[in-house]
Amino acid sequence: MSPLEISGLVKRFGEGAEAREVVRGLDLSLAPGECFALLGPNGAGKTTTLRCALGLTAATAGSIRLCGLPVPERARDARARVGVVPQLDSLDPDFTCAENLLVFAGYFGLPERDVRPRIPELLAFAGLEGKENARIQSLSGGMKRRLTLARALVNRPELLILDEPTTGLDPQARHLIWERLRRLTAEGTTILLTTHFMDEAERLANRLAIMDAGRILAQGSPREVIAAHIEPQVVEIFGEWQGEGAAAWAAAHAHALCQRCEVSGETAFCYTTDAAPLLAHLAHQPGLRSLHRPANLEDVFLKLTGRDLRD
Amino acid sequence: MTSVTDHFAPPRLSLRLFAVWRRNFLVWCKLALPSIVGNLADPVIYMLGLGYGLGMLVPEVEGVSYIAFLAGGTLAYSTMNAATFEALYSGFSRMHTQKTWEAIMNAPVSLDDIVAAELLWAASKACLAGVAILAVIAAFGFAASPLALAVIPVIFLTGLCFAALGLIMTALAPSYDFFMYYFTLVITPMTLLSGVFFPQGQLPDAVRAVAQWLPLSHAVALVRPLLLGQMPGQIGLHLAVLAGITVAAFWLALGLTRRRLLK
Repeated sequence: MSPLEISGLVKRFGEGAEAREVVRGLDLSLAPGECFALLGPNGAGKTTTLRCALGLTAATAGSIRLCGLPVPERARDARARVGVVPQLDSLDPDFTCAENLLVFAGYFGLPERDVRPRIPELLAFAGLEGKENARIQSLSGGMKRRLTLARALVNRPELLILDEPTTGLDPQARHLIWERLRRLTAEGTTILLTTHFMDEAERLANRLAIMDAGRILAQGSPREVIAAHIEPQVVEIFGEWQGEGAAAWAAAHAHALCQRCEVSGETAFCYTTDAAPLLAHLAHQPGLRSLHRPANLEDVFLKLTGRDLRD
Repeated sequence: MTSVTDHFAPPRLSLRLFAVWRRNFLVWCKLALPSIVGNLADPVIYMLGLGYGLGMLVPEVEGVSYIAFLAGGTLAYSTMNAATFEALYSGFSRMHTQKTWEAIMNAPVSLDDIVAAELLWAASKACLAGVAILAVIAAFGFAASPLALAVIPVIFLTGLCFAALGLIMTALAPSYDFFMYYFTLVITPMTLLSGVFFPQGQLPDAVRAVAQWLPLSHAVALVRPLLLGQMPGQIGLHLAVLAGITVAAFWLALGLTRRRLLK
């Protein structure tokens, strides 16, 4: 059974001339035990998709099955088997760490006598050993996010949904979260996460989907997506050329030396299957500097979703 | 497709709402003493100050001392205030600022359960505050009859009624500042027109005709005689109005909250 199956999902806000279609025909099917990343710029429809999947907002069209149950009809029963780490911290500031877990377990109908013995283990998983009686205000941003992760595990979920779990965290905190998520997938928990960090998706996800403007643009394993959508090598070129910038160089030479070239500001991104001729040419252009690297997910992401700012 | 009619469909509740009620109760337990003192001090000071001070000038109102008259009004309006504050400021904190409701909705609890729990909790807290005031009133000897105990369910119902009305405001509020309108335009005039401080008979006829339909008037009409050891007249009517407003206001508040949060 797929932990989450979405087909033909459409979500429209508003009506008539003011209607905005935020999700436009999205299909998604998670395999049990995998970690799936939903990538997209701000406003791509990631959070709306999650809200529809959890039955927190009604889909305009399409069908959703969460843990095998139809949503929204049986969303409440389905949510009993799902853990959620929301984008914004929503811990109870009036409670200690342990009380946050106990009270949250109450929303699942779990009796305190069953949950209390598991609290040290849950806190240890989140790297919060001995913080049972700590107040929420005394926790750092990273600790709060980890406690939110522990909170999402009180019901031993089959599927864990995380909405931008590491946004705003420092590298240490991100690595700890990643390590814990890997441990959860190793134990058989299915994970669905949204992110706009490519390295996060590349490290964690078995499969990913890149979405923008409410549609999935590419889907597969990180390697498959890179192989299918972009040339394997990238040369980033910047600096001075004949009194002008890299853009002027690109206009004159790029088409002959690489398959595809994108200019963003004062940098030219040259995508190619064979960088040797381009690098040889650059060796004779003393004002230009360059960085040669393999193509990554971020290149695919920028190719598919464009380089314009999303606000 | 969501439409207006979906948002205003009847509530679908589950017993999980008591887990949400319990969450609010547990927070209250941590702050119970300052909370009770806060709910108690203001009305008691007003009651004693006005009751004994003004009472010197006004020897008798409706056949009893002014302070005995004021006791019932004080209990009713402070219950209203406690329920209103909880539904407005604390409810808004949990809904908007702290995102408590959002967290709860990720569990197998519906928004309907949460709003119903907020209603019950605000009424419970108002009832706790009311019982504390009742104890002070009894200590001063203004609730001598056992009938006075019957005010407890009445103040719970009063709490429900004003919590439901308050939740409408919470569902509409863009920020805390919005609540000032409700207090200055609704709550304060209602306090003055509902027979809390003086009998409604003193109002001009046209004003009285409207004022007697205010929910607080019905609460006062029940609470005051009970404290004085008398059976209130038209009990059925007063209870029905309070219950009717509770149901209608809760339905509206729930619809508006669904429209706000389930989009």
